[in-house]
Amino acid sequence: MSQQQKHWLVRPENIRLLWRVFIGILVIVALGDFLIHPHPYFGIDGTFGFNSWYGFGTCVAMVVFSKGLGLFLKRKDTYYDER
Amino acid sequence: MMSGSSVPPGLILMLGALLVPVCRGYLRSAVILGLPLIAMWAVWAVPDGVSLTLPFLSYELQVVKADALSRLFGTIFTLMVFGGGLFALGQKSDLELAAAFGYSGGAVGVAMAGDLVTVFVFWEIMAVASTLVIWSNRTAESYKASLRYLQVHLAGGVILMVGVIAHVTETGSIAFQAMQTDSLGTWMILIGFLINAGAPPLSAWLPDAYPEASFSGTVFLSAFTTKTAVYVLLRGFPGNEVLLFVGVYMIFYGIIYALLENDMRRILAYSIVNQVGFMITGIGIGTELALNGAAAHAFAHIIYKALLLMSAGSVMMMTGKRKCTDLGGLFQSMPLTTICGTIGALAISAFPLTSGFISKSMINSAAGHEHLAIVWFCLTAGSAGVFLHAGIKFPWFVFFQKDSGMRPPEPPMNMRLAMILFSAICIGLGVYPEPLYAILPFPVDYAPYTASHVVNMLQLLLFAGLAFFVLLPMMKRTLTISLDFDWFYRVALPAVVRFLLRTFGPIDQAVRGMTIRGVRGVIVWIFRHHGPEGALAATLPAGSMVLWVIAVLGAFLVLYFL
Repeated sequence: MSQQQKHWLVRPENIRLLWRVFIGILVIVALGDFLIHPHPYFGIDGTFGFNSWYGFGTCVAMVVFSKGLGLFLKRKDTYYDER
Repeated sequence: MMSGSSVPPGLILMLGALLVPVCRGYLRSAVILGLPLIAMWAVWAVPDGVSLTLPFLSYELQVVKADALSRLFGTIFTLMVFGGGLFALGQKSDLELAAAFGYSGGAVGVAMAGDLVTVFVFWEIMAVASTLVIWSNRTAESYKASLRYLQVHLAGGVILMVGVIAHVTETGSIAFQAMQTDSLGTWMILIGFLINAGAPPLSAWLPDAYPEASFSGTVFLSAFTTKTAVYVLLRGFPGNEVLLFVGVYMIFYGIIYALLENDMRRILAYSIVNQVGFMITGIGIGTELALNGAAAHAFAHIIYKALLLMSAGSVMMMTGKRKCTDLGGLFQSMPLTTICGTIGALAISAFPLTSGFISKSMINSAAGHEHLAIVWFCLTAGSAGVFLHAGIKFPWFVFFQKDSGMRPPEPPMNMRLAMILFSAICIGLGVYPEPLYAILPFPVDYAPYTASHVVNMLQLLLFAGLAFFVLLPMMKRTLTISLDFDWFYRVALPAVVRFLLRTFGPIDQAVRGMTIRGVRGVIVWIFRHHGPEGALAATLPAGSMVLWVIAVLGAFLVLYFL
């Protein structure tokens, strides 16, 4: 299949473009903290960039934790069929 | 005597279920689509308070009782049957549709029940009917899964029944109202409720059983059992601290297991546990804002979860596949299914302008207002995690990622219409939440769309999205499942039983054999001495003759004196 026949969404140059747009949006949204008046409940949640790093950080933590747990709990998906 | 003016709305669906198998063609479609609307009308026709009672033993059952909370759940349950019925019009199995209608009738019955006995009766009807929904898929896997499912729910039902009896014995009242966990009875009622909510440690029944139903069966299943449990917890245990722990645990349990999962419908099943976790946390917080949030979130969740499972069901129907490792690139030939599935994914992630945003943010705000710091930070991390495991993972692996090469067409018209309807509700409620806010149990004084709310949520979600794509190599799907608590009753318990049989079987046989031989020896010995040929038996006729002579003389003496 040539590049032209491929759906526009899966062409490499467009995927690169999508990444640039996504990173642009991330920057804009992160800078949004300048525009809003924060209403913190606890203090730290009103600091600059809190939601950005907290969202990213907790997700990395959850993925890493699930990977670690997977080492113990993962089995082939025929596990229960064999017994 | 039955007294009252209202038709029980749940009964309309249950009796209507019997019509499904006898109707064909347009009439069948009319029944499937008409009954839920009639039932919804009936929900709203019921006046506030008790409107139907039945005598039972020395109690009076309040079979139909309405207030704002029961009407809210009655509305969403009947709306769900309508959308699910539209999606399932092409379902050939009359059993599945009839069972799904009976099941939803049970859910409406619980929502309109005024006493614990009525709750229990409808609770058990739901357990049986939902088992039939799974069973009607007619595969070996669905049969086995339905039996495991039934066992968990019957056990939960027994715990609930014992709790109800203990509670009624102690208080003398069968009324279903807010309770404190201050007695064995109320604890057991709480545990019975929580088992149906998918709470730990038995959460595994849900991802084990629901994905084994048919393309349409899972859509029905996702809505009723767990959300009925949310309803009874809202009414029975608002503000109970235990629920905070249970809810937060469920949020992360759902995320972690969904991240490890390969089967698209099991991913969505784990995310049901995750979402119910948000609701239960809200019930645990217990303020009016939190309870409103939990109720609103149940309403919104039923719609977007059904929508997600409709898109997954459409993919499964058109491709015959359900594993992420087999899927991908379907957006090219199923654009509508992709868009609707993505709307559901955005709604479950609580993206601004979707129904999830206007409901979940109430629970988050309530945790903040109450200064429950740990709960608030967990809820916020959980919100990011929802986007990770359901909001991106599901659409990404099913519709995008690597091209599977499959180019299936869109599903039939009725399935497309059902997805469009529920997508419209997801966005409609997100843009214009007032109609939902108006039917919540408490007056709503809440503005979801403040600048800081919207910006903070976008930051949280979009950076969670960044984490997903940065960690994509770690998210690569494998042909695996993850062990859960069900391992104990699927593998460990049978193994223990086999071990016991193997070890103690021979001993048991030896002891029983010895005992039987001993007893037989004694019988033979007695027979030898006391049997017809036995020496001791020879004296018996004379002895009995003397006995009878004494009896006759005694009777004569008594009669003479009379």
